[in-house]
Amino acid sequence: MYQYDRFDQAMVDARVEEFRDQCQRRIEGKLTEDQFKPLRLMNGLYLQLHAYMLRVAIPYGTLSGPQMRALGDIADRFDRKYGHFTTRQNIQYNWIKLEEAPDILAALAKVEMHAIQTSGNCIRNISSDHFAGAAADEVTDPRPYAELLRQWSSFHPEFSYLPRKFKFAVIASETDRAAMRLHDIGINIVRGHNGDLGAAVYVGGGMGRTPMIAPLIRDFVPLDQLVTYAEACLRVYNRYGRRDNKYKARIKILVHELGAEEYTRQVEAEFAHLLAQNIEPPIAELERIKAHFAQPAFMPGDVETSQPDVGDGKFAVWVDRNTHPHKQSGYASAVISLKPVGGIPGDATSDQMRLMAALGEQYSFNELRVTHTQNIVLPHVRKADLFALWQQLEAAGLGTANLDQVGDIIACPGLDYCSLANARSIPVAQRISERFAANGKGDTLGELKLKISGCINACGHHHAGHIGILGVDRKGVENYQLLLGGSEAQDTSLGKITGPGFSEDGIIDAVETAADVYLRERQDGERFLDTYRRIGMDPFKEALYG
Amino acid sequence: MADALRFRTDNAVDHPAVTVDAYLEQSNASAVRIEPGDDARDLLPHLGHIRLVEINFPAFGDGRGYSAARVLREAGYTGEIRAVGDVLVDQIAYLRRCGFDAFEPDQPLDPSDVKMALARWPDVYQSAADGRVPIWSQRHG
Repeated sequence: MYQYDRFDQAMVDARVEEFRDQCQRRIEGKLTEDQFKPLRLMNGLYLQLHAYMLRVAIPYGTLSGPQMRALGDIADRFDRKYGHFTTRQNIQYNWIKLEEAPDILAALAKVEMHAIQTSGNCIRNISSDHFAGAAADEVTDPRPYAELLRQWSSFHPEFSYLPRKFKFAVIASETDRAAMRLHDIGINIVRGHNGDLGAAVYVGGGMGRTPMIAPLIRDFVPLDQLVTYAEACLRVYNRYGRRDNKYKARIKILVHELGAEEYTRQVEAEFAHLLAQNIEPPIAELERIKAHFAQPAFMPGDVETSQPDVGDGKFAVWVDRNTHPHKQSGYASAVISLKPVGGIPGDATSDQMRLMAALGEQYSFNELRVTHTQNIVLPHVRKADLFALWQQLEAAGLGTANLDQVGDIIACPGLDYCSLANARSIPVAQRISERFAANGKGDTLGELKLKISGCINACGHHHAGHIGILGVDRKGVENYQLLLGGSEAQDTSLGKITGPGFSEDGIIDAVETAADVYLRERQDGERFLDTYRRIGMDPFKEALYG
Repeated sequence: MADALRFRTDNAVDHPAVTVDAYLEQSNASAVRIEPGDDARDLLPHLGHIRLVEINFPAFGDGRGYSAARVLREAGYTGEIRAVGDVLVDQIAYLRRCGFDAFEPDQPLDPSDVKMALARWPDVYQSAADGRVPIWSQRHG
């Protein structure tokens, strides 16, 4: 994985000192809160309902054992011994003191980490496929391109005061595990007709209050023009993106209002202009970055290619649900679920973080990933090691076998933490997971992606859930709308609202009712989403409201 | 003009800047002021006659002026580009990178803060309008 050189380290160290100075000026009153706010936000520091929250970047979701251990140690030193992994593959600490924030950044810098641009109206942390470099189906490892874009977008002088936040996702396979088309810019690294790699670029996707699926605006950008093309996309947005209304300021609104064709025309004109400006990094830089992502020294495939048959049914279920095919025979990617029954989705204690760090070092070539579904991946595990790994996970409460099942819920922090929320998300997630564990239906439903947001900003990706839940405030009472039919995968679709919302108790029942319709109507091999797409909304409405 | 912080040695233009619309209608002024909604590209045919472009930031969070300045520099404009309005020390380094070489904010800047802000960053990751050699070029000398 990528390691800093002296240049990268110097930039991060300079940022720590800059932020220390800014905090000091705020504490001394030389900066007003209005002036300080965008500065702290560009360092990931939010003021939430009860305290400051710090969001730490995990670029393209990849981190080493020592980095994960440092995250655990920070949770002990500066927070309440836990952290929250987010849908942007980052981690958030919820109980931070302003005067300690610079020290946290300094502790992060020691392990080549930072909180740069994890908030604010700038280019945010770039997300990617959590199985990158391991997945059997990828064209190439997408992370070198994400790293190149990370460097280009870090402290970008022209694009640090955009109309609104800006999110990239980079993948390199037909199967989309990163909700690529629901990003401001989604990049899919593809192989062109001549066999060369290039970027298919999608612009103007997003969730929030106006969800949109990004249209393809160019099917192939040569990789030695990728940064220039991205610069053109951003400049057109910076020039024309709306600034009169923050709810219409994302690039998806611009692309929608101009039309994809006109936006594309303007990008192409700017691109032609910028090509002459010679701003592209040397191709040798991409090669340098790629060398950091060289394949680990895998054992030959013919040695111990399968996991031991230990006759343990529980282990077999975990292998079946929580591992993913690896490009190297004899290996698998193992997913550690942060969704125990009744738990808070995405939360991990400092002890759990340190254990995962150790397991990553022992079993996965010192590499871990954060998924946008708020779980942790050990990307390169020998199948022969899976049983030993699973036993240690089980012992630590991390062996839940529910990847992509109804219990593997995405939930935003909601009204328990967030100053924007209208309703609580976490207790709803906890109760649904408990309900489906207690009634035994969870094990019979197969793949069912359930996503909960506590407000219209959609941090919990409710639009993209096979079942989505949106918390709203109705005359001072929390109320929950139910959506069906969303998907964040390569068959991206947006969920539709079933009808009138439900109380907190009512939404738990409603989810079970929807699941029952599926169990009654499903045909061979159909997932919940497939059945919904075949039979439509009516049978669900009938059961919910009839 | 006396309060402007300038990174140039030529004499400052001593008459007020006109709006882009006014300039395009009757173009014998040598100073123009760009507001956030103006398109800097409209000035490109006239750059040989312009000595000062003021770019206004009514609110520092509106970043359109950064693109405007870069577009002018990319077109070869070598006259003064002055940031006016709500400009804070925390934006100075980025503004310099985009081609601004003078600052006349509503609230005067503390020169020692400016000096520190400009000295903060040992290097830069990307190409911009200031000619600095990006890290990725330095790596491959």
